[in-house]
Amino acid sequence: MEATTLVLMPAIPEIFLACAGMALLMVGVFIGDRSLRLVSWLAVGSFVITAALLYVFTGWGGRELAFGGLFVADSFALFAKLFILLGSAVAIILSMDYLEREHTVRFEYPILILFATLGMMMMVSANSLISLYVGLELQSLALYVLAAIRRDTIRSTEAGLKYFVLGALSSGMLLYGSSMIYGFTGSVDFTVLANSLAGDEVSVGLIVGIVFLSVGLAFKVSAVPFHMWTPDVYEGAPTPVTALFASAPKFAAVVLFCRVMVEPFGNIVDQWQQIIVLISIGSMVLGALAAINQTNIKRLMAYSSIGHMGYALIGLAAGSEIGIRGVLIYMAIYIVMNLGTFAIILCMRHQGRMVEGISDLAGLSKTHPMMAVALTIFMFSMAGIPPLAGFFGKLYVFLAAIEAQLYTLAVIGVVSSVVGAFYYLRIVKLMYFDEPVEILDRPIPREMGAVITISGLFTLLFFLWPAPILNAAAQAAASLFAG
Amino acid sequence: MVIQALSFYMFAAITVAAGVMVIASRNPVYSVLYLILAFFNAAGLFVLLGAEFLAMILVVVYVGAVAVLFLFVVMMLDINFVQLREGFLQYLPIGGLIGVILLIELGLVAGTWLLGPEVTAVAAVPILPADQVSNTEAIGRVMYTKYVYLFQASGLVLLVAMIGAIVLTLRQREGVRKQSIAAQNARRREDVVATVKVPTGGGV
Repeated sequence: MEATTLVLMPAIPEIFLACAGMALLMVGVFIGDRSLRLVSWLAVGSFVITAALLYVFTGWGGRELAFGGLFVADSFALFAKLFILLGSAVAIILSMDYLEREHTVRFEYPILILFATLGMMMMVSANSLISLYVGLELQSLALYVLAAIRRDTIRSTEAGLKYFVLGALSSGMLLYGSSMIYGFTGSVDFTVLANSLAGDEVSVGLIVGIVFLSVGLAFKVSAVPFHMWTPDVYEGAPTPVTALFASAPKFAAVVLFCRVMVEPFGNIVDQWQQIIVLISIGSMVLGALAAINQTNIKRLMAYSSIGHMGYALIGLAAGSEIGIRGVLIYMAIYIVMNLGTFAIILCMRHQGRMVEGISDLAGLSKTHPMMAVALTIFMFSMAGIPPLAGFFGKLYVFLAAIEAQLYTLAVIGVVSSVVGAFYYLRIVKLMYFDEPVEILDRPIPREMGAVITISGLFTLLFFLWPAPILNAAAQAAASLFAG
Repeated sequence: MVIQALSFYMFAAITVAAGVMVIASRNPVYSVLYLILAFFNAAGLFVLLGAEFLAMILVVVYVGAVAVLFLFVVMMLDINFVQLREGFLQYLPIGGLIGVILLIELGLVAGTWLLGPEVTAVAAVPILPADQVSNTEAIGRVMYTKYVYLFQASGLVLLVAMIGAIVLTLRQREGVRKQSIAAQNARRREDVVATVKVPTGGGV
C-alpha cells in the first residue's frame, strides 16, 4: 500500500484541546476534588490557548482539509469555534462559586465541559456525516453527565436521564437519515455529496434521509416540534449547567445545521427549505406563547431559547449567504446576552439558598440597582428593542428572509417577537414597580459581576461599533458558500 | 447458490422474528434471550456477505458483553414491567397510526428506488479486492490510516463515557478500612518488633 501523508496542521487546536483535557484529568486525579478551582482555571486557560492556536493555524479566509477530508477548517468554523470557546469558558467561570456552595465540588466538572467543547469544535468542523456524528456524540455524552452531576438530587438526575433518553432517540434518527443519504448517494463526504447532487433529479429516498437528518439536528437545537425536553432539562439541571446548555452547544448545533444544509445539500435548497420554514415558525410562535405563564425563570429561559432558535433558523431558511451571515450574527449576540442573563440568575440567592421564581426578582431595582439595570438591558435586548444588540440580530435575519421572498416567515417573526416582548417586559415591570418580597443576598461574587458587566456593556454598546462582528460573520458565511 | 439463498432467508427470517419477540415477550429475560438470537443470526448474515471479522466481533462483543450486561441489569433491577406496560393499549391507536404512516413511506421509498448513475462512481473503494487481503486486514488498513480521525474521536467518546460512569456512580464510603500496600511494604522489623528482656516470673 502506498504511503500517504496525514494532514494534521488544520486540526492542531483540537488536538491540543484533547491533550489538555487528558492532562487536566491527571491533575485532577492526583490532587483530588480540592483541585476544582485550579482545574477550572487551567481549562479556561487551555481554551484561551486553543483560540490563539486557531488564529495561528487557520486564520481568516483559508479553507483547509485535514485527516483525509474528514475535518475542515475554514472561516465559518473559526467564527463558530471562537464563540463556542467563549461560551464554555464563561460557563466554567460561572460554575465555580455555585459548585462550592452547593457541595458539588467535583474536579471532573470542568473537564467534562472541556470535552463537550472539543465535541462542539469537531461538530462545526465536520466534513462528513460520520465525523459529524462522532463530534455530536462526544458533545452530547459529556452534556448528559453534566446535567446529572448533582446525582443526589432527584431533579438533576431526572434531567440527565430525560436528556439522555431523548438525545439517544434523536441520535438514532440522525443515524437513520445518514444511512439513507449514504444509501442513495454512495458517499458520506460533504464535498462529494455536493458534487453528486448538482443535477435536478432528487430521489425520494434522499429526501427522506434529509428529513430524518434534520429531525435529529432539530432535536439538538431544540426547535419545535422537537423541543419537549428543553424546559424540563433546563429546569432540572444545575443552573450553571443550564447556562452552558443555552449557550455554546446551541451555537454549535445551529452552525452544524447550517453547514449540513448548505454544504452538501446547497444545490437542492427548495427540497429542504420548507422544513426549516415550518420548524422556524413553530419555534417562534411556541417560544412566544408558552413562556407567558411561566413562573420559574429557568423554564422561562428555556422557552425563550426555543423562540430564539426559531429566529436564528429564519436565516437558514433563506438559504443564502446573507441568511447565514444573519444566523451567525444572531447567535453571537444571543450567546452573550444569554450568558449575562444566566450570571444574574446565578446571583439569585436568598439567605444562601438558590431561588428560581420570577417573583423573587420583585423590587430588584431597590435592592440591587446595578443588577436590575443589567437585567433590564438583557431583557430589552432579547425582546429586540433598538438600539440594543438583540435588535440587530433580528434585523439581519429578517432582512435575509425578505430578500429570499419569505414574507410570511418575516411577518410571523415580527408578530411573535412583539408577543414575546410581553414576558420580557413583565420581568422589567416586576423589578421596577413591585415591592421586594425576599431580599436577595449581597454581595455577588466577583466573577459574576465581571461577566454581567462585560456582557451588559457589549449588549448596550454593540450599535456603536458593530463592524468587527458583522465583517467576521460576512466572511465566515462567504467561506461556507465558497467551499 | 441455492444453499446461500436458503441460508440468507433462514437467517433473515429468524432475525426478524426474534426482533419481534424482543418487544412482544412478556418476560424481560426472554426479551434479552431473543435479542441474543437476533445477534447470532445477524452474524450469520455477515458471514454470508463475506465479512467474517464483523460476524465474530458481533458475537464476541454483542452477545458476549452487551447482552450479558443487559441480562444482569434486567435480573438485578427490580422493575415492574407489567406496570410499565399499562399505558400500552391507551397509546396503541396513535402508535399504530404512526407505524402505518412510516410503513407507507417506506413502501414509497422502496417503490421509487432510484440510484443515480453517479452513485456507484463516487462510492469510496479504499480497500483492495477480497482475493488480495482478508477482510480483517482490509478493515485495519483503513481504520488506522484513512479513518484515524474517527478512530481517535471514538476513543475520546469512550473516555468521556468512562469519566461519566465514574462521576455518576463512584461513592467514597466512610469508615472503610483499606489495605495500604505501600505502608505494609515500608514496615521495617526495627519499627515494630521490640526485644524485651523479661525477668523470670515477672511477666511483661
